[in-house]
Amino acid sequence: MIRAKDINEHTPWQDLTPGGEIYEPGTARAFNTGTWRTHTPVFHADACKHCMLCVPFCPDSAIPVKDGKRLDFDYMHCKGCGICEDVCPFPAITMVAGGVPK
Amino acid sequence: MKSRLSGNEAVAYAMKQVNPDVMGAFPITPSTEIAEYFAAYVANGEVNTEFVTVESEHSSMSVCIAAQAAGARSVCATSSCGLALMYELLYVAASCRLPITLACVNRALSGPININHDYSDSMGARDSGWIQIYAENNQEAYDNFIMAIPIGEAPEVRLPVMTCMDGFITSHAVENIELLDTGVVRQFVGEYSPQHYLLKKENPLAVGPYDISAYYMEHKVQEAEAMKAAKARILEVAKEFEKISGRRYGLFEEYRMEDADLALVIMGSSAGTGKTAVDKLREAGIKAGLVKIRVFRPFPGEELAQTLAGTRAVAVMDKSEGFSANGGPLFAETRSALYDLKQRPYLINIVYGLGGRDIKVEDFEQVFKRLASIAESGDIHPVYSHMGHRTKGAIA
Repeated sequence: MIRAKDINEHTPWQDLTPGGEIYEPGTARAFNTGTWRTHTPVFHADACKHCMLCVPFCPDSAIPVKDGKRLDFDYMHCKGCGICEDVCPFPAITMVAGGVPK
Repeated sequence: MKSRLSGNEAVAYAMKQVNPDVMGAFPITPSTEIAEYFAAYVANGEVNTEFVTVESEHSSMSVCIAAQAAGARSVCATSSCGLALMYELLYVAASCRLPITLACVNRALSGPININHDYSDSMGARDSGWIQIYAENNQEAYDNFIMAIPIGEAPEVRLPVMTCMDGFITSHAVENIELLDTGVVRQFVGEYSPQHYLLKKENPLAVGPYDISAYYMEHKVQEAEAMKAAKARILEVAKEFEKISGRRYGLFEEYRMEDADLALVIMGSSAGTGKTAVDKLREAGIKAGLVKIRVFRPFPGEELAQTLAGTRAVAVMDKSEGFSANGGPLFAETRSALYDLKQRPYLINIVYGLGGRDIKVEDFEQVFKRLASIAESGDIHPVYSHMGHRTKGAIA
């Protein structure tokens, strides 16, 4: 079975899957879609209570969670919309101008 | 088993015998009686099909696409502007390589508003990546639908198939028909067993992803290769079908073509009328013949060129316009196919029968008369003309 990681812009048509089918889940993780940001969220871990409000509000999947705790932003997928800052009840997220996390 | 059925009944009966998993159905006009008859089979518990009624043909084809991707054998039936409303999804079905089977009852597209037969609906979809097989009569409509399933589902093909019949002329007229036993049909079509499908839990699958320009062309080449491969598969399935039915099918039918000087290239029920004209002319000593195109996609160009190579003059009869100002779609294909011949017959195009305008044996005799004069004089002008309309100075 052909895997997404084995397909690239040099793959001949004979080696591509029929109709571009993808035989595994979650392949969007491998693509950098975080280049749209004009503003960037900054995570202040010391102020975070891990209430998890920001996680479901994120329209992408840019806030990874591990063992019941949120981790720093996944900037490869964050679009910089700022919804997380808006819903955060604590001073744990601040938006800064520019597309690069500081 | 001998019976008497309309074309719509015959195709609905074929569907019942196939017992598909899903039918996407728009339950009102311009959908056909096929869906209506099939609904009765569903209501009576004669099939196990999930019959999904929707609000438009755009949605009925969407249902089929989703179901087929999920791993279910799906069928659909439509006609005329219903097919036009499916247009966007026809391409999606083909490019996702989903072998859906669609019964198309050919009727004119609006406008002006008209519900009678011509091929403007399916000819509009001829470049969508669907295999297209046309029937002359009810028997062929029934047979073609059954054959469509193993054609489309073959792994080297994996393309949707449209089986077409002439609206009203074939769809509503009751004819004698020979039906196969349901057990034989079931065995012939077998189970639908795709390698990958959405409901296969051990194998997560994404269907129809966004295809950037670095990949789109390769996938279109795949589709084009599949369409080429379909030609051999259609013949293979026809051979298998002959074993269970005794009826023989090819990419096209040659009628009295062995030594023909003058020939027609035509599709559908008009071929029956044309054959009668051929017989009459043969009795009068004129070497007339007829080629009835059965498979329009993939187009049997090389084979057709071989068949027409020995003729002197040929009229391609188009029952849809196309507004290319250069002839109808069947003419474009035929003329292109003949270009590779060293010695080509004279070729003209006649557009006839639009919106259900009748064509009679005498009309075909007129066409052959013109072909005879072309074979003598070599004067093919006008190459492209219309027939059967009222005009102030008739041509044919």
